[in-house]
Amino acid sequence: MSLDTQEITKPKASTAGMSKQQFLKAYRTMRTIRDFEAKISEQFMKGNIPGFLHLYSGQEAVAAGLCLLLEDDDYVISTHRGHGHCIAKGGDVGGMMKEIMAKQGGLCDGKGGSMHIADFDKGMLGANAIVGGGPPIIVGAALSAKTLGTDRVGVAFGGDGSSNQGTTFEAMNLAVVLKLPAIFLFENNGYGEGTHASYAVGSKDIASRAQGFGMPAYKVDGTDLFAVYEVCKQVVEHCRQGKGPVTIEANVPRFKGHFEGDPQAYRGDGEIERLMKDEDCLVIARKAAIKNKLASAKELDAIDEEIASYINEVTEAALAAPAPGDEELLTNVYSSAY
Amino acid sequence: MPVKTYREAINEALHQAMAEDSSVIVLGEEVSGGAGCDGSRDAYGGVMGVTKGLLPTYGDSRVIDTPITESAIIGAAAGAAQTGLRPVAELMFMDFFGVCFDQIYNQAAKFHYMFGGKAKCPMVIRCTTGAGWRAGAQHSQNLTQMVTMVPGLKVVCPTNAYDAKGLMLQAIQDDDCVIFVEDKILYDTSCEVPDEMYTVPFGEAKYYREGKDLTIVAISNPMHKVLAVADRLEAEGITCDVIDPRTTSPLDEEAILESVEMTGRLVVVDEMTPRCGIASDISSIVAEKAFGSLRAPIKKVTAAHSPVPFAPNLEDAWIPQEADIEAAVRQVLEYAS
Repeated sequence: MSLDTQEITKPKASTAGMSKQQFLKAYRTMRTIRDFEAKISEQFMKGNIPGFLHLYSGQEAVAAGLCLLLEDDDYVISTHRGHGHCIAKGGDVGGMMKEIMAKQGGLCDGKGGSMHIADFDKGMLGANAIVGGGPPIIVGAALSAKTLGTDRVGVAFGGDGSSNQGTTFEAMNLAVVLKLPAIFLFENNGYGEGTHASYAVGSKDIASRAQGFGMPAYKVDGTDLFAVYEVCKQVVEHCRQGKGPVTIEANVPRFKGHFEGDPQAYRGDGEIERLMKDEDCLVIARKAAIKNKLASAKELDAIDEEIASYINEVTEAALAAPAPGDEELLTNVYSSAY
Repeated sequence: MPVKTYREAINEALHQAMAEDSSVIVLGEEVSGGAGCDGSRDAYGGVMGVTKGLLPTYGDSRVIDTPITESAIIGAAAGAAQTGLRPVAELMFMDFFGVCFDQIYNQAAKFHYMFGGKAKCPMVIRCTTGAGWRAGAQHSQNLTQMVTMVPGLKVVCPTNAYDAKGLMLQAIQDDDCVIFVEDKILYDTSCEVPDEMYTVPFGEAKYYREGKDLTIVAISNPMHKVLAVADRLEAEGITCDVIDPRTTSPLDEEAILESVEMTGRLVVVDEMTPRCGIASDISSIVAEKAFGSLRAPIKKVTAAHSPVPFAPNLEDAWIPQEADIEAAVRQVLEYAS
């Protein structure tokens, strides 16, 4: 596989050389994201979560596959659809639940919420509610890595929507010019809010557009954990070796609306049902792992059970936690004296 | 003490900060100049020559010429600031803020608060303002008010070379995003500037003159016109408190209020459009907090509510001039309470 392919990449071996330990870690991540989001969807409907929720459901294999290859001091920056990225990067799930419920002990002290979920201890530089807001910032994180002489990498998650923003283009160009260890990972879920990528992405192809900036670009089936892992392994290595930025376009389904409560009148008849039946990355990974004897159904069931109970536990804790004190309104506006 | 220009003072501050702290980097368009060209590097040293000599000393890993790409410059500075560097980004003309304002007010300014105090953004954005160069509507504006209103940003507007050096060194060591507004009319003005490193604190106004009859507050280059007016009045036996806030955020309200409580009369001067400007802001603070001390209505002297025109006569009419300041001052002094 060359680093400038535009073909949708399939893993050479069906499990891409992933170890059992790595697979179980990735599976656990994917299951945690799925259950976490199912729970916040439920709590949102009950009125326990203020504001907006944009769910990642259906895209879990991308965050899980990439983050298997990252350390805590590698950086990622996310989008408004950021829960999955935060969990996969090792973010504190209990702190996330509290944050999304606007409670004390939330990762951002209740000042960020779902659209600004972040865990700086884990190199997760934040979900970003401005579409295309993140890529220029990850260029800066990659610049730090290069200037400070570390082999860290920075990953900007984006979607087909942010692929059309000027900030994204500027970030990609600057990353090439300065030869930075930056990865632009576009999760093409087919929709920018309620507009289809086939309409909004003029080139119809994000990866080839990225190549036009002078960097290698991959396309990968984002429903296949093993394919994502195999591509990301090469890409992360390329960046760690100081060879400059890379783009990955991962095709994924979006199981939910743009936001929770979105009536999704723009969806085709039976589209969501079909996607959930045929393109569920968790089902696909589970089947492949069992078939290739990477894990048994029993082992995976045990993980499912453990995570379901863990998510219930963090939910109860978040529901019971107090709201931030009123005195928090004016704290942390500035880092230093004002 | 050595005399240095405003330009040399800022250049010296950058040199000293970079020598002292290897995490300080400079990035922007033409900060050295000549990248990829057949001729020499450091060809510009910044379009105003403020960053001259940094590249030969600190190399291109710390003095980074970027493409013309304002959003990426500010985003990269913000991302670098979050992850261990102290970037000084140059935006050349303040007019260019519009191209990258999201990265300033939605990103850099908000990291610390939005992420619960867990992120820091120790960066400086250098830019130039000031009309009078016949540079037209998109290279002349002072938009200080647009950044002063943003929580999370600090805004610095030095009016002399001494303050410029001390405020720049303070800005670089500050842990927040600091907008450093250089008035291009002032680059060749000079005063005594110590060779050693020193800082001028934010939020502490400077008294250029002390008097009893009137308070004049001025931001950026109009200060020098105010001083000329104040000196003329002094010859007539009228003395003024002339206050330079030096930073519009934080603003030294106390110095302004204390002065107005003593003089009872206030003129505020800036070179911004009149609506929602710094002069309006200071006027409203005084009206709200020192109303009882006022013996005359507050008078603002600002630019006109129009884009900056190109024709020299029109631009001169747009800029608040000494005559405008003097007329306002006399009007306030003559008001019988």
